[in-house]
Amino acid sequence: MSAEAMTLFSPELAARLDALVERYPARRSALIPMLLYAQDEVGYLSDAVIDEVARRIGITPLDVRNVATYYSMLRFQPAGKFNVQVCTNISCMLRGGYKIFDRFQERLGIGHKGVTADGLFSLEEVECIGACCWAPAIQVNYDFHDELTEEQVDAILAQYRSQNAGGR
Amino acid sequence: MPRLVSHPDEVKIVTSRFGKGAAKIDTYLELGGYASARKALAEGAEWIINEMKASGLRGRGGAGFPTGMKWSFVPKQSAKPKYVLVNGDESEPGTCKDHLIFLHDPHAVIEGTIIAGLAIGAKMGFIYLRGEYRYLIQIVERAVAEAYERGFLGKSIFGSETEFEVIVQTGAGAYEVGEESALMESLEGKRGVPRIKPPFPAVVGLYGGPTVINNAETIATVPHALAMGGAAYAAVGSERNGGTRLFGLSGHIERPGVYELPMGYSLRKMIYEVGGGVRGGRKLKAVVPGGSSTPVLLPEEIDIGMDFDQVGKAGSMLGSGGVVVIDDQTCMVEFALRTIKFYQHESCGWCIPCREGTDWLKKSLTRFHAGFGTEKDIDNIQYIAENMMGRTFCPLGDAAAMPTLGFVKKFRKEFEEHLHGKPCPYAHHPEVELV
Repeated sequence: MSAEAMTLFSPELAARLDALVERYPARRSALIPMLLYAQDEVGYLSDAVIDEVARRIGITPLDVRNVATYYSMLRFQPAGKFNVQVCTNISCMLRGGYKIFDRFQERLGIGHKGVTADGLFSLEEVECIGACCWAPAIQVNYDFHDELTEEQVDAILAQYRSQNAGGR
Repeated sequence: MPRLVSHPDEVKIVTSRFGKGAAKIDTYLELGGYASARKALAEGAEWIINEMKASGLRGRGGAGFPTGMKWSFVPKQSAKPKYVLVNGDESEPGTCKDHLIFLHDPHAVIEGTIIAGLAIGAKMGFIYLRGEYRYLIQIVERAVAEAYERGFLGKSIFGSETEFEVIVQTGAGAYEVGEESALMESLEGKRGVPRIKPPFPAVVGLYGGPTVINNAETIATVPHALAMGGAAYAAVGSERNGGTRLFGLSGHIERPGVYELPMGYSLRKMIYEVGGGVRGGRKLKAVVPGGSSTPVLLPEEIDIGMDFDQVGKAGSMLGSGGVVVIDDQTCMVEFALRTIKFYQHESCGWCIPCREGTDWLKKSLTRFHAGFGTEKDIDNIQYIAENMMGRTFCPLGDAAAMPTLGFVKKFRKEFEEHLHGKPCPYAHHPEVELV
């Protein structure tokens, strides 16, 4: 293993990925979970991450890219530390999803797929996240926030700012 | 935490353990859990399949295919290993029922997977959840670990000679992967594009082996149907539509939420009694009865029972059970545009009629909604949609075309009101972004 690969992932992630490739009838089945878990830790699918995942599965980096570009959660540039994903699909739209999205745009000063200058937040308009009965809903990283109003937007941003200040 | 709702008309079978802490195995066992799997193990495959046929349970993903029959199609002898694949890639707009099942009753999904495995002679099952459901994936993974600790999964389940393994898999964002053959591709570590059928998954599926693919709600229903007895479960529902269904009421409804109601329950009562009517006392304009891919119904079309056959007769589909209620202040052109924008984004690009069709529909509707439409556009939208129908490997093309046709046919007047440079009369969000 290269020195770069040794430091690319934490020992915990490396161990997790080692276990992943062994559990399926075919190693390749580990590809999508591996990419997502690596992204969770590294922040995005850098060239080094793609090369390392390809090596672990035993396929070419090009093959990995071909698959990775299909999935909307996988990204090739860093997002903000807190990625705000606002659903504007029908059930959320009917209950003010676009107003929520507009408020986040205004407060963060960025648009769809934008990242704030301090790297703390990024914003995405996303498709249905499976919270239709608790609309409008957003996800910040993997956390759901349901039944939102525009007025709650500031409180949500403040919550993550203080989480960041607390070093958690 | 998503809010749980309740209504006296509900028949709580699949939701009976919701809010009771059944994600913990001890609580699940206290509430009767894993008894059906033990019984299924003792009785054998033929008994399971017969009970499932008697239950009248039909696929809750949307197609409504009878579960018992699906399982019976898997060949008894197979050179390649057989698999069970649970579809928890819940992504159809308007649908969030599996979200609650994974949150409140993950062991029911595991138990149903074991039973499906026993029915078809599989030694391995996969539970695939969409990647956005990370917190639910963690809940299901914990539940699987508990089931292994108790010996309910592993080399000798419940102390028998039978082996059954369960693997929880994460997706990474793709509606198309909810289509069964694309789901298999994704699980094999590939782009989620559909496979041509035949061969059907029951014959050639995951890793080339015979595979049964069921929706998470279907699988979570299985232990209950066996516990009640197939016939008793069937009796809860309507003719040829056994049992209950988790209906998700969303949109302009007073009391949104997931309600478990008998199959065949009146759509009018669902909206006006269970859901408390249209929000703010407004008038009903339209209802999308089964997730965004199902054709819209008008207020005069809601005196129907919500089962696969009756909604089908009314010209729509029961689909995923996601009932989206739309009030009279809504612009239907904008609604049609938002719907097609979704399908355009999610089309995997494999089949040209879908890839190009959704793109042209989005472009036409965007221009139309912005007030730059012409009379000819309305017919063109209909023409494009009609030419997508039935011309693709998987149903995504139909899922985009069907609702579009419904909007144009039933709300043509509203399309005409947008003509000749007129801005949207509702002016909600006239500049829906071109992403």
